[in-house]
Amino acid sequence: MLKIDSISKTFFPGTVNERKALQDVSLELDESDFVTVIGSNGAGKSTLLNTVSGRLPIDSGSIRIDGAEVSRMPEHKRARYLGRVFQDPMAGTAPDLTIEQNLSLALRRGKPRGLGRGTTKARREHFKDELATLELGLENRLKTKVGLLSGGQRQALSLLMAGFTQPRILLLDEHTAALDPQRAALVTTLTEKIVSSGGLTTLMVTHNMEQAIALGNRLIMMHEGRIIYQASAEEKKNLTVETLLGEFSKLKGASLGDRALLN
Amino acid sequence: MFGALELGLIYAVMALGVYLTFKVLNFPDLTVDGSFTTGGATAASLIIAGVNPFLATAAAIGAGLIAGYITGLLHTKGGIDGLLAGILTMIGLWSINLRIMGKANLPLLREETVFTPLRENMMLGTWLSIGILLAFTLVLKFAIDWFLTTDLGLSIQATGNNQQMIRSLGVNTDNTTMLTLALSNGFVALCGALVAQYQGFSDISMGIGLILVGLASVILGQAVFGSRTIIMASLGALLGSVIYRFIIFLALRAGLDTNDMKLTTALLVVVALLLPRWGFLRRIPSLRNRGNRAPARPLEGTVDTPDQMAGAAAGTPTSTGKTEG
Repeated sequence: MLKIDSISKTFFPGTVNERKALQDVSLELDESDFVTVIGSNGAGKSTLLNTVSGRLPIDSGSIRIDGAEVSRMPEHKRARYLGRVFQDPMAGTAPDLTIEQNLSLALRRGKPRGLGRGTTKARREHFKDELATLELGLENRLKTKVGLLSGGQRQALSLLMAGFTQPRILLLDEHTAALDPQRAALVTTLTEKIVSSGGLTTLMVTHNMEQAIALGNRLIMMHEGRIIYQASAEEKKNLTVETLLGEFSKLKGASLGDRALLN
Repeated sequence: MFGALELGLIYAVMALGVYLTFKVLNFPDLTVDGSFTTGGATAASLIIAGVNPFLATAAAIGAGLIAGYITGLLHTKGGIDGLLAGILTMIGLWSINLRIMGKANLPLLREETVFTPLRENMMLGTWLSIGILLAFTLVLKFAIDWFLTTDLGLSIQATGNNQQMIRSLGVNTDNTTMLTLALSNGFVALCGALVAQYQGFSDISMGIGLILVGLASVILGQAVFGSRTIIMASLGALLGSVIYRFIIFLALRAGLDTNDMKLTTALLVVVALLLPRWGFLRRIPSLRNRGNRAPARPLEGTVDTPDQMAGAAAGTPTSTGKTEG
């Protein structure tokens, strides 16, 4: 489904600020895999997601989705394969457009957009059904501007928009990190629901170890641009925070500060 | 009085174009000063060459589309700042406009224009001509309203609202930006063509300062009609242009002369932008900060946002590094 083959990415190469964000990273996701990515600051987690989404070009390596090489494809073209939710709840929706307009935009993801009506009656019914699954009452507020929603509601909507068109791969970039604990829990629950009901192949970055263990069927840990630990589906079932911390403390050069951040 | 109404309605065509770029796309497009004259110049030279005035007006629209497209190219493919891209096209158009006209002023006396039927029947300056112009601008307004609610139009709105989001949904924002700039300048050039025919000449300096007239119209309209929906916002731009002409009309009545009008316009815009800051007309602050778009996020691997403050406050671990990976 997704095949990342020894990709590398260096920021500011040849300068004093040079930083190797990804070093020879390889990762393969099968159909319906849900992989959580964990690691401290600067580990390369978000860079990994951004290279898959096309927001950042890679220096070397290859990225294949469904067998198609996409690493040279511009971001807007890759969108046809990808559903994405960002860390910033404001980033995934257009605030001045209504809920139904945002959903209409998402509905046409990766498809040509012409002069057909954006919000038809049929689409509206479809949106109502989809919004009802969020259980936030948004199905009765189709004409509300998204800018008026709370961060949690917007993130839930972003999640729905990313998932309801059955993307080949769903990319979640610390999408609960900017929410308060209750909202984060809500969005986490919705994530599970949307991913499992759609059987979506998912790559999720998180800072939260417990979330990383609770969600998904596989887990990878990154450090300084490399994948340093992988838990397969079998291993992940018995994984605990202590095991992960143990793995992390084996690393050379990992400071206590990094450990604290992982918690 | 009737003259002010007619002018207001004709200039409303430009206000609608400025609304498209400035409000919908969130792009301060200064091409307007040049493309307006391009429209006037193209129409005037073609009419003098014996072309049907309606065809000449259509050609003017085409010239405006090209002008806007060039600004779009400079901005998207060339990566030039939007303001500068507009200025570059505007300045470049000055020479092109002179080439089109051959000289600085082209009179259209005794030429047949789109206004000739009205003029010959002594209907200019009557309710009938105002009705016709109003109907014409309303058709354009409803065309914009319709267009912006299509799938394509929604993606244009989203381009002005949240580029990152709409790119992640597969829209090439370069294309939507260029398309909107082209359309907007098509409107502006159409307005230029109509003005040239209405006043009976095309002049190289007829477009100078027009972007402010367009802005003044959009802002005034927004102050009066609000901008909650597209239907109201575009109506605001249309009627804002009429209101603007009335203010100019009153300023002239009050003893100012036409040379003072640029300053009057500038002051009008400044006042309209500052009033909300002092607590009046709270509806229009969005123009001062150019819309409520989501904060633009830098590319190179930075994911830090103010929202992390919220995350940190709530005890959620968040990144603090400048270049989180």
